[in-house]
Amino acid sequence: MAALRLEIVTPDQVVLSTDVDYVGAPGVDGEFGVLAGHIPLLTALSIGILVYRIGNKDYTAFIAGGFAEVADNKVSILAQAAELSENIDVERAEKAKARAEERLQLAKQQDGIDVVRAENAMKRALTRLRAAGK
Amino acid sequence: MPSLKDVKLQIAGVKKTKQITRAMGMVASAGLRGAQQRIERFRPYANKFNTMLSDLAARTEGADHALLENHEEKKNVLILLVTSDRGLCGAFNVNLINTALKLAKAKESEGKAVSFICVGRKGRDAVRKTGFQVLSAMTDVMGSLNFQVATTIGNTVSHNYTEYNADEVYLVYSEFVSMSRQVPTSMALLPVVPSEKEEDANAGIEYVYEPNVGVLLAELLPRYLNVQIYRGLLDNFASENAARMFAMNNATNNCDEMIGSLTLLYNKTRQTAITNELMDIVGGANALQSQ
Repeated sequence: MAALRLEIVTPDQVVLSTDVDYVGAPGVDGEFGVLAGHIPLLTALSIGILVYRIGNKDYTAFIAGGFAEVADNKVSILAQAAELSENIDVERAEKAKARAEERLQLAKQQDGIDVVRAENAMKRALTRLRAAGK
Repeated sequence: MPSLKDVKLQIAGVKKTKQITRAMGMVASAGLRGAQQRIERFRPYANKFNTMLSDLAARTEGADHALLENHEEKKNVLILLVTSDRGLCGAFNVNLINTALKLAKAKESEGKAVSFICVGRKGRDAVRKTGFQVLSAMTDVMGSLNFQVATTIGNTVSHNYTEYNADEVYLVYSEFVSMSRQVPTSMALLPVVPSEKEEDANAGIEYVYEPNVGVLLAELLPRYLNVQIYRGLLDNFASENAARMFAMNNATNNCDEMIGSLTLLYNKTRQTAITNELMDIVGGANALQSQ
Protein backbone atom coordinates (compact mmCIF):
# COMPACT_ATOMS: atom_id res chain seq x y z
CA MET A 1 0.00 0.00 0.00
CA ALA A 2 1.76 3.07 -1.20
CA ALA A 3 -0.12 6.07 0.07
CA LEU A 4 2.50 8.79 0.38
CA ARG A 5 4.20 10.68 -2.37
CA LEU A 6 7.83 11.53 -1.66
CA GLU A 7 9.65 14.18 -3.65
CA ILE A 8 13.23 15.23 -3.05
CA VAL A 9 14.37 18.24 -5.06
CA THR A 10 17.65 20.15 -4.96
CA PRO A 11 18.74 23.21 -6.95
CA ASP A 12 20.50 20.92 -9.42
CA GLN A 13 17.92 18.22 -10.02
CA VAL A 14 14.91 16.25 -8.90
CA VAL A 15 16.59 13.51 -6.88
CA LEU A 16 13.60 11.34 -6.24
CA SER A 17 9.90 11.26 -6.92
CA THR A 18 8.17 8.09 -5.90
CA ASP A 19 5.33 6.52 -3.89
CA VAL A 20 6.32 5.33 -0.45
CA ASP A 21 4.71 3.98 2.72
CA TYR A 22 6.76 5.82 5.31
CA VAL A 23 9.25 8.66 5.49
CA GLY A 24 11.63 9.38 8.37
CA ALA A 25 13.34 12.75 8.08
CA PRO A 26 15.99 14.60 10.11
CA GLY A 27 14.19 17.71 11.42
CA VAL A 28 16.13 20.44 13.25
CA ASP A 29 14.38 19.44 16.49
CA GLY A 30 14.99 15.75 16.02
CA GLU A 31 13.87 13.07 13.61
CA PHE A 32 10.26 12.71 12.73
CA GLY A 33 8.25 10.09 10.91
CA VAL A 34 5.49 10.62 8.40
CA LEU A 35 2.78 8.12 7.55
CA ALA A 36 -0.24 8.59 5.32
CA GLY A 37 -2.75 11.00 6.80
CA HIS A 38 -0.15 13.13 8.57
CA ILE A 39 -1.28 16.67 9.47
CA PRO A 40 0.15 19.48 7.31
CA LEU A 41 3.63 20.36 8.49
CA LEU A 42 6.35 22.72 7.47
CA THR A 43 9.75 22.27 9.03
CA ALA A 44 13.44 22.93 8.61
CA LEU A 45 15.75 19.97 8.17
CA SER A 46 19.26 19.48 9.46
CA ILE A 47 22.08 17.51 7.91
CA GLY A 48 21.14 13.89 8.23
CA ILE A 49 19.81 10.71 6.74
CA LEU A 50 16.34 10.37 5.31
CA VAL A 51 14.69 6.97 5.45
CA TYR A 52 11.84 5.91 3.25
CA ARG A 53 10.01 2.60 3.13
CA ILE A 54 8.44 0.97 0.13
CA GLY A 55 6.67 -2.28 1.04
CA ASN A 56 8.96 -3.91 3.60
CA LYS A 57 12.17 -2.48 2.28
CA ASP A 58 13.93 0.55 3.71
CA TYR A 59 15.94 2.92 1.59
CA THR A 60 18.11 5.79 2.71
CA ALA A 61 19.24 9.10 1.29
CA PHE A 62 21.63 11.81 2.41
CA ILE A 63 20.17 15.29 3.03
CA ALA A 64 22.38 18.34 3.54
CA GLY A 65 19.76 20.42 5.32
CA GLY A 66 16.75 22.16 3.84
CA PHE A 67 13.01 22.19 4.32
CA ALA A 68 10.21 19.67 4.33
CA GLU A 69 6.56 20.22 3.64
CA VAL A 70 3.91 17.64 4.36
CA ALA A 71 0.48 18.27 2.94
CA ASP A 72 -2.19 16.19 1.33
CA ASN A 73 -0.24 12.92 1.67
CA LYS A 74 2.67 14.44 -0.12
CA VAL A 75 6.11 14.95 1.36
CA SER A 76 8.22 17.54 -0.44
CA ILE A 77 11.84 17.82 0.59
CA LEU A 78 13.71 20.91 -0.57
CA ALA A 79 17.34 20.18 0.14
CA GLN A 80 20.49 22.16 -0.52
CA ALA A 81 22.01 18.89 -1.63
CA ALA A 82 20.77 15.32 -1.51
CA GLU A 83 21.89 11.96 -2.78
CA LEU A 84 20.39 8.51 -2.63
CA SER A 85 22.64 6.22 -0.63
CA GLU A 86 23.63 4.12 -3.60
CA ASN A 87 24.71 7.24 -5.51
CA ILE A 88 27.00 8.69 -2.87
CA ASP A 89 30.54 9.33 -4.02
CA VAL A 90 32.38 7.66 -1.13
CA GLU A 91 35.81 8.70 -2.34
CA ARG A 92 34.79 12.34 -2.47
CA ALA A 93 33.26 12.17 0.99
CA GLU A 94 36.47 10.63 2.37
CA LYS A 95 38.46 13.45 0.86
CA ALA A 96 36.08 16.05 2.27
CA LYS A 97 36.41 14.44 5.67
CA ALA A 98 40.20 14.55 5.53
CA ARG A 99 40.11 18.18 4.45
CA ALA A 100 37.73 19.14 7.24
CA GLU A 101 39.87 17.33 9.81
CA GLU A 102 42.91 19.20 8.61
CA ARG A 103 41.15 22.53 8.87
CA LEU A 104 39.86 21.81 12.35
CA GLN A 105 43.39 20.89 13.42
CA LEU A 106 44.71 24.12 11.96
CA ALA A 107 41.99 26.12 13.66
CA LYS A 108 43.40 25.12 17.04
CA GLN A 109 46.72 26.73 16.21
CA GLN A 110 45.77 29.82 14.31
CA ASP A 111 42.92 32.26 13.86
CA GLY A 112 41.12 33.14 10.70
CA ILE A 113 39.69 29.72 10.01
CA ASP A 114 35.95 29.41 9.85
CA VAL A 115 35.41 26.73 12.45
CA VAL A 116 31.63 26.55 11.98
CA ARG A 117 32.04 26.00 8.28
CA ALA A 118 34.67 23.32 8.80
CA GLU A 119 32.48 21.59 11.36
CA ASN A 120 29.55 21.62 8.99
CA ALA A 121 31.70 20.21 6.23
CA MET A 122 32.84 17.52 8.65
CA LYS A 123 29.28 16.68 9.58
CA ARG A 124 28.25 16.44 5.96
CA ALA A 125 31.15 14.18 5.11
CA LEU A 126 30.53 11.87 8.09
CA THR A 127 26.79 11.70 7.40
CA ARG A 128 27.43 10.93 3.76
CA LEU A 129 29.71 8.09 4.72
CA ARG A 130 27.17 6.81 7.21
CA ALA A 131 24.41 6.96 4.61
CA ALA A 132 26.58 5.09 2.16
CA GLY A 133 27.04 2.39 4.81
CA LYS A 134 30.81 2.78 5.01
CA MET B 1 41.11 46.40 -59.89
CA PRO B 2 42.85 44.54 -57.02
CA SER B 3 45.66 42.22 -57.86
CA LEU B 4 45.12 38.47 -57.97
CA LYS B 5 47.30 37.94 -54.94
CA ASP B 6 45.38 40.46 -52.84
CA VAL B 7 42.06 38.80 -53.53
CA LYS B 8 43.51 35.41 -52.76
CA LEU B 9 44.79 36.62 -49.41
CA GLN B 10 41.45 38.19 -48.61
CA ILE B 11 39.61 34.94 -49.32
CA ALA B 12 42.01 33.05 -47.07
CA GLY B 13 41.40 35.62 -44.33
CA VAL B 14 37.63 35.36 -44.51
CA LYS B 15 37.88 31.57 -44.45
CA LYS B 16 39.89 31.74 -41.22
CA THR B 17 37.29 34.05 -39.69
CA LYS B 18 34.57 31.67 -40.72
CA GLN B 19 36.34 28.79 -38.99
CA ILE B 20 36.45 30.79 -35.79
CA THR B 21 32.84 31.96 -35.89
CA ARG B 22 31.65 28.48 -36.69
CA ALA B 23 33.60 26.97 -33.82
CA MET B 24 32.28 29.62 -31.42
CA GLY B 25 28.76 28.98 -32.62
CA MET B 26 29.16 25.29 -31.93
CA VAL B 27 30.61 25.91 -28.48
CA ALA B 28 27.71 28.24 -27.70
CA SER B 29 25.12 25.74 -28.83
CA ALA B 30 26.71 23.05 -26.66
CA GLY B 31 26.71 25.51 -23.75
CA LEU B 32 23.12 26.39 -24.43
CA ARG B 33 22.07 22.78 -24.21
CA GLY B 34 23.73 22.44 -20.81
CA ALA B 35 22.31 25.72 -19.56
CA GLN B 36 18.81 24.86 -20.67
CA GLN B 37 19.01 21.53 -18.90
CA ARG B 38 20.09 23.25 -15.70
CA ILE B 39 17.19 25.67 -15.79
CA GLU B 40 14.77 22.85 -16.34
CA ARG B 41 16.24 20.98 -13.39
CA PHE B 42 16.18 24.03 -11.19
CA ARG B 43 12.60 25.07 -11.93
CA PRO B 44 10.87 22.43 -9.78
CA TYR B 45 12.94 23.58 -6.81
CA ALA B 46 12.34 27.27 -7.44
CA ASN B 47 8.61 26.82 -7.96
CA LYS B 48 8.19 24.67 -4.88
CA PHE B 49 10.23 27.15 -2.91
CA ASN B 50 8.13 30.12 -3.99
CA THR B 51 4.86 28.43 -3.12
CA MET B 52 6.27 27.41 0.25
CA LEU B 53 7.39 30.93 1.06
CA SER B 54 4.24 32.68 -0.09
CA ASP B 55 2.15 30.15 1.84
CA LEU B 56 4.16 30.86 4.93
CA ALA B 57 4.25 34.61 4.49
CA ALA B 58 0.51 34.77 3.83
CA ARG B 59 -0.23 32.82 6.97
CA THR B 60 2.00 34.86 9.19
CA GLU B 61 0.80 38.40 8.71
CA GLY B 62 2.99 41.00 10.23
CA ALA B 63 5.87 38.66 10.95
CA ASP B 64 8.95 40.76 11.15
CA HIS B 65 12.15 39.88 9.50
CA ALA B 66 14.81 42.27 8.27
CA LEU B 67 14.29 41.22 4.67
CA LEU B 68 10.52 41.67 4.80
CA GLU B 69 10.81 45.09 6.32
CA ASN B 70 9.92 48.04 4.13
CA HIS B 71 12.42 50.77 4.87
CA GLU B 72 10.67 54.03 5.58
CA GLU B 73 13.11 56.25 3.79
CA LYS B 74 14.07 54.96 0.39
CA LYS B 75 17.30 56.74 -0.40
CA ASN B 76 19.61 54.07 -1.68
CA VAL B 77 18.99 51.79 -4.61
CA LEU B 78 21.11 48.77 -5.34
CA ILE B 79 21.06 47.22 -8.79
CA LEU B 80 22.38 43.75 -9.37
CA LEU B 81 23.37 43.61 -13.02
CA VAL B 82 24.10 40.29 -14.67
CA THR B 83 25.94 40.28 -18.00
CA SER B 84 28.41 38.03 -19.79
CA ASP B 85 32.17 38.09 -19.45
CA ARG B 86 32.90 38.03 -23.14
CA GLY B 87 31.43 39.75 -26.13
CA LEU B 88 30.67 38.40 -29.59
CA CYS B 89 27.07 37.78 -28.69
CA GLY B 90 25.28 40.50 -30.62
CA ALA B 91 23.38 43.16 -28.74
CA PHE B 92 23.00 40.95 -25.66
CA ASN B 93 25.14 42.94 -23.24
CA VAL B 94 24.24 46.34 -24.69
CA ASN B 95 20.55 45.64 -24.13
CA LEU B 96 21.15 44.58 -20.55
CA ILE B 97 23.35 47.54 -19.75
CA ASN B 98 20.86 49.97 -21.28
CA THR B 99 18.04 48.48 -19.25
CA ALA B 100 20.05 48.81 -16.07
CA LEU B 101 21.21 52.34 -16.78
CA LYS B 102 17.71 53.45 -17.65
CA LEU B 103 16.50 52.13 -14.32
CA ALA B 104 19.44 53.77 -12.55
CA LYS B 105 18.76 57.15 -14.15
CA ALA B 106 15.07 56.95 -13.34
CA LYS B 107 15.92 56.27 -9.70
CA GLU B 108 18.53 58.99 -9.67
CA SER B 109 16.04 61.56 -10.93
CA GLU B 110 13.87 60.65 -7.94
CA GLY B 111 16.77 61.79 -5.79
CA LYS B 112 18.00 58.34 -4.81
CA ALA B 113 21.59 57.21 -4.75
CA VAL B 114 22.25 54.27 -7.03
CA SER B 115 25.00 51.71 -6.69
CA PHE B 116 25.72 48.50 -8.55
CA ILE B 117 26.79 44.95 -7.97
CA CYS B 118 27.95 43.48 -11.25
CA VAL B 119 28.25 39.89 -12.34
CA GLY B 120 30.15 39.64 -15.60
CA ARG B 121 32.99 41.71 -17.00
CA LYS B 122 31.01 43.57 -19.67
CA GLY B 123 28.52 45.04 -17.24
CA ARG B 124 31.19 46.00 -14.75
CA ASP B 125 33.25 47.88 -17.34
CA ALA B 126 30.23 49.68 -18.73
CA VAL B 127 28.96 50.77 -15.32
CA ARG B 128 32.39 51.98 -14.24
CA LYS B 129 32.53 54.24 -17.27
CA THR B 130 29.25 55.91 -16.33
CA GLY B 131 30.52 56.85 -12.89
CA PHE B 132 27.93 54.96 -10.85
CA GLN B 133 29.41 53.27 -7.83
CA VAL B 134 30.26 49.59 -8.20
CA LEU B 135 30.09 47.97 -4.78
CA SER B 136 31.44 44.65 -5.90
CA ALA B 137 31.96 42.78 -9.11
CA MET B 138 32.28 39.13 -9.94
CA THR B 139 33.77 37.92 -13.18
CA ASP B 140 34.37 34.51 -14.70
CA VAL B 141 31.72 32.81 -12.61
CA MET B 142 29.49 31.67 -15.45
CA GLY B 143 31.75 28.82 -16.49
CA SER B 144 31.47 27.14 -13.10
CA LEU B 145 28.06 28.38 -12.11
CA ASN B 146 26.63 26.75 -9.02
CA PHE B 147 24.37 27.59 -6.13
CA GLN B 148 27.35 28.68 -4.06
CA VAL B 149 27.86 31.68 -6.35
CA ALA B 150 24.27 32.78 -5.85
CA THR B 151 24.67 32.32 -2.10
CA THR B 152 27.72 34.58 -2.04
CA ILE B 153 25.91 37.31 -3.95
CA GLY B 154 22.79 36.84 -1.87
CA ASN B 155 24.77 37.31 1.33
CA THR B 156 26.28 40.56 0.08
CA VAL B 157 22.87 41.84 -0.96
CA SER B 158 21.08 40.97 2.26
CA HIS B 159 23.97 42.36 4.29
CA ASN B 160 23.64 45.70 2.49
CA TYR B 161 19.91 45.66 2.99
CA THR B 162 19.92 44.91 6.69
CA GLU B 163 22.65 47.51 7.26
CA TYR B 164 20.44 50.12 5.56
CA ASN B 165 23.00 50.67 2.81
CA ALA B 166 20.29 49.74 0.37
CA ASP B 167 16.56 50.33 0.62
CA GLU B 168 15.54 48.83 -2.70
CA VAL B 169 17.27 46.06 -4.59
CA TYR B 170 16.71 45.23 -8.24
CA LEU B 171 17.98 42.38 -10.33
CA VAL B 172 18.64 43.02 -14.01
CA TYR B 173 19.17 39.93 -16.12
CA SER B 174 18.18 38.48 -19.44
CA GLU B 175 15.20 36.18 -19.29
CA PHE B 176 15.47 33.16 -21.52
CA VAL B 177 12.15 32.95 -23.34
CA SER B 178 13.15 30.87 -26.32
CA MET B 179 16.12 30.18 -28.58
CA SER B 180 15.50 33.33 -30.58
CA ARG B 181 14.07 35.55 -27.84
CA GLN B 182 15.84 36.82 -24.76
CA VAL B 183 14.29 39.67 -22.85
CA PRO B 184 16.30 42.00 -20.61
CA THR B 185 14.30 42.06 -17.40
CA SER B 186 14.49 44.07 -14.23
CA MET B 187 12.92 42.55 -11.17
CA ALA B 188 12.49 43.92 -7.66
CA LEU B 189 14.34 41.62 -5.25
CA LEU B 190 13.99 43.44 -1.94
CA PRO B 191 11.99 44.18 0.07
CA VAL B 192 10.31 40.82 -0.34
CA VAL B 193 6.69 41.29 -1.22
CA PRO B 194 4.67 38.21 -0.37
CA SER B 195 2.50 37.37 -3.34
CA GLU B 196 -1.20 37.98 -2.89
CA LYS B 197 -2.77 34.91 -1.50
CA GLU B 198 -5.24 33.48 -3.92
CA GLU B 199 -7.98 31.30 -2.52
CA ASP B 200 -6.58 27.90 -3.31
CA ALA B 201 -7.45 24.44 -2.15
CA ASN B 202 -5.11 24.51 0.86
CA ALA B 203 -6.45 27.78 2.14
CA GLY B 204 -8.32 26.18 4.98
CA ILE B 205 -5.52 23.91 6.13
CA GLU B 206 -3.62 24.89 9.24
CA TYR B 207 0.02 23.95 9.12
CA VAL B 208 2.14 22.83 11.99
CA TYR B 209 5.41 24.73 11.99
CA GLU B 210 8.61 23.38 13.42
CA PRO B 211 10.49 24.83 15.23
CA ASN B 212 8.29 27.95 14.80
CA VAL B 213 7.28 30.49 12.20
CA GLY B 214 9.94 33.05 13.07
CA VAL B 215 12.81 30.61 12.79
CA LEU B 216 11.45 29.16 9.59
CA LEU B 217 11.11 32.59 8.00
CA ALA B 218 14.62 33.47 9.07
CA GLU B 219 15.84 30.35 7.30
CA LEU B 220 13.65 30.66 4.25
CA LEU B 221 13.99 34.34 3.39
CA PRO B 222 17.74 34.53 2.79
CA ARG B 223 17.52 31.38 0.78
CA TYR B 224 14.61 32.79 -1.18
CA LEU B 225 16.91 35.61 -2.21
CA ASN B 226 19.56 33.12 -3.29
CA VAL B 227 17.03 31.13 -5.25
CA GLN B 228 15.90 34.24 -7.15
CA ILE B 229 19.48 35.24 -7.88
CA TYR B 230 20.41 31.74 -8.98
CA ARG B 231 17.44 31.65 -11.31
CA GLY B 232 18.54 35.00 -12.78
CA LEU B 233 22.06 33.71 -13.29
CA LEU B 234 20.90 30.51 -14.95
CA ASP B 235 18.48 32.36 -17.20
CA ASN B 236 21.16 34.83 -18.11
CA PHE B 237 23.67 32.12 -18.91
CA ALA B 238 21.24 30.37 -21.23
CA SER B 239 20.35 33.68 -22.89
CA GLU B 240 24.00 34.54 -23.38
CA ASN B 241 24.66 31.27 -25.13
CA ALA B 242 21.56 31.57 -27.27
CA ALA B 243 22.49 35.12 -28.26
CA ARG B 244 26.05 34.09 -29.07
CA MET B 245 24.91 31.12 -31.09
CA PHE B 246 22.62 33.33 -33.08
CA ALA B 247 25.26 36.01 -33.64
CA MET B 248 27.88 33.47 -34.65
CA ASN B 249 25.59 31.66 -37.06
CA ASN B 250 24.84 34.98 -38.70
CA ALA B 251 28.53 35.75 -38.92
CA THR B 252 29.24 32.36 -40.46
CA ASN B 253 26.55 32.95 -43.07
CA ASN B 254 27.97 36.36 -43.85
CA CYS B 255 31.40 34.80 -44.27
CA ASP B 256 29.96 32.35 -46.79
CA GLU B 257 28.42 35.19 -48.74
CA MET B 258 31.64 37.14 -48.68
CA ILE B 259 33.69 34.17 -49.83
CA GLY B 260 31.25 33.72 -52.71
CA SER B 261 31.55 37.29 -53.94
CA LEU B 262 35.32 37.35 -53.42
CA THR B 263 35.70 34.13 -55.40
CA LEU B 264 33.72 35.69 -58.22
CA LEU B 265 36.00 38.72 -58.12
CA TYR B 266 39.03 36.46 -58.11
CA ASN B 267 37.85 34.59 -61.21
CA LYS B 268 37.04 37.80 -63.03
CA THR B 269 40.43 39.28 -62.19
CA ARG B 270 42.15 36.13 -63.34
CA GLN B 271 40.19 36.12 -66.60
CA THR B 272 41.05 39.75 -67.22
CA ALA B 273 44.72 39.06 -66.61
CA ILE B 274 44.67 36.16 -69.09
CA THR B 275 42.85 38.21 -71.70
CA ASN B 276 45.33 41.05 -71.31
CA GLU B 277 48.26 38.69 -71.70
CA LEU B 278 46.72 37.09 -74.77
CA MET B 279 46.17 40.51 -76.33
CA ASP B 280 49.80 41.35 -75.68
CA ILE B 281 51.01 38.16 -77.35
CA VAL B 282 48.66 38.52 -80.31
CA GLY B 283 49.64 42.15 -80.69
CA GLY B 284 53.33 41.21 -80.58
CA ALA B 285 52.86 38.42 -83.14
CA ASN B 286 50.95 40.73 -85.47
CA ALA B 287 53.67 43.32 -85.22
CA LEU B 288 56.32 40.73 -86.12
CA GLN B 289 54.29 39.45 -89.09
CA SER B 290 53.70 42.84 -90.58
CA GLN B 291 57.44 43.60 -90.71
